[in-house]
Amino acid sequence: MHTRTLAQLADDLRARRVSATELTRHYLGRIERFAGKLNAFITVTADQALAQAAVADRRLADGKATPLTGIPLAHKDIFCTTGVKTSCGSRMLDNFVSPYDATIVERLANAGAVMLGKTNMDEFAMGSSNETSFYGPVRNPWDLSLVPGGSSGGSAAAVAARIAAAATATDTGGSIRQPAALSGITGLKPTYGRVSRYGMIAFASSLDQAGVLTQTAEDAALLLEAMAGFDERDSTSLDDPVPRYSQLIHEPWEKLTIGVPESFFDDGLEPENAAAVRAALAELEKLGAKLKSIELKYIHLSVPAYYVVAPAEASSNLSRFDGVRFGHRAKRAAGEDLTTFYMRNRGEGFGAEVKRRILTGTYVLSAGYFDAYYLQAQKARKLISDDFARAFRDVDFVAGPTSPSPAFGIGQKTNDPIAMYLNDVYTIGANLAGLPAISIPCGFVRNLPVGLHLVAPPLAEARLLKVAHHFQRATDWHARVPTSYA
Amino acid sequence: MLRPEDIDRLCRLARLEITPAEVPDVTAKLSSIVAMVDQLKACDTTGVTPMAHPLERAQRLRPDVVTEIDRHELYQGNAPLVERDLYLVPKVIE
Repeated sequence: MHTRTLAQLADDLRARRVSATELTRHYLGRIERFAGKLNAFITVTADQALAQAAVADRRLADGKATPLTGIPLAHKDIFCTTGVKTSCGSRMLDNFVSPYDATIVERLANAGAVMLGKTNMDEFAMGSSNETSFYGPVRNPWDLSLVPGGSSGGSAAAVAARIAAAATATDTGGSIRQPAALSGITGLKPTYGRVSRYGMIAFASSLDQAGVLTQTAEDAALLLEAMAGFDERDSTSLDDPVPRYSQLIHEPWEKLTIGVPESFFDDGLEPENAAAVRAALAELEKLGAKLKSIELKYIHLSVPAYYVVAPAEASSNLSRFDGVRFGHRAKRAAGEDLTTFYMRNRGEGFGAEVKRRILTGTYVLSAGYFDAYYLQAQKARKLISDDFARAFRDVDFVAGPTSPSPAFGIGQKTNDPIAMYLNDVYTIGANLAGLPAISIPCGFVRNLPVGLHLVAPPLAEARLLKVAHHFQRATDWHARVPTSYA
Repeated sequence: MLRPEDIDRLCRLARLEITPAEVPDVTAKLSSIVAMVDQLKACDTTGVTPMAHPLERAQRLRPDVVTEIDRHELYQGNAPLVERDLYLVPKVIE
């Protein structure tokens, strides 16, 4: 059952070949078997899941189902879920039980999806390896000594190991796409504003976007349809109508041009990864795409610009975690005043990477440094965004590798923040420019998955998913499952 | 290159405590991060408009009417210390 895609399971449920309850029990069983080893889940909501499955079965029997009714999925622990612990991977929120649902949680629940639990993640979404979580690292199902990628490592590992049919996730600098690449699955980050951020714990508000990790582009289309759309509770929410992605991906292949920035293929990219990505591009050519070499003149500024803007916004967003109204509060100390009270609550509640980012953000926003760093980074952001806009006058997509290397060892890069940050070199541009982007499996290097990265113009998710779907119909990289989990 | 005094000042500004033992590592790591983002300085951005976010929109407004319901009991369920609906914190003496 677990090697069936979400689309196939939706068919099975509709045809009553399997019930929602049976399917949920099956996944809960797999979670019990494998989740400990992978450390993919922070909270498993078994009773709730079975209750939701029972409701789903009634809807399916009454003919009131949607394609997602009865589908067991997992939510990244960054999304608020009513009555369920929502930790954001942090000690700061270890005791926090959310009093409300995030919009995407609500929409998926209304569609009848079943929540298996909340997945592990880098603390406050800050990381590219899922090693900064208060709840310990997540392991890559392809090799347990390796990272699954981050920050949505738990969601990625769960889908890769087929212990959830799909999972929600978030992407600020690559946190959906990079784990998708390292874990051999499909990861979609929509256009900024396409999916509501209400109830999604904020890291960097101008970059954050909710998205999905799935086995296929077709599955991503089904989920995006239910999640996307205007939400009056999110002031950055777009009111553009939501296309029927799941129908549009089946439309015939159209003539398209794919721009490839040759600067991506330098020494920063492992040669075998480069070869796998080139082979995937050749496959797209065989399908009828035209490849065109392009230049993104300022793309080399993405990592520095991001590591100014994101920490700056994070330092502001995370100032709400002060131990007053919710979250971690340190034990009382004699002679404490309000300032030391805040400092101790936050000092104890946050892990090392989060503290580093808050301090970096504070530095670049402080008097005397604001112009040289924050303002300069915002200008670099404009240049990078304009680069993409210019490219899209000539090409339909911008393609490249998702990640410079396959999955690396747990502990290998934790002492070198810059080495860790460079994992995001290909993905960050799409966040800075607010563009939709996807990573799809395109090969293997030393038995580890490699991802192909595609960026599209704003609100072009339908075309992006369509080209990914056509690629997946012609190849089978996305159908590979790590041996122990098949 | 950042110095421990810089880290101290930033910690106060951010209301974030780090232990004396952590200071050398935080100083070194933050210095390497600043050195990396310093690459931005080499870029000529004369005449470039700063970009705060990807949307070409103004802040959406709504009528100035109360729409929220009082749910403080539910929200205060997560509070560390509450008395008579008030959040308790150490005394602030000016």
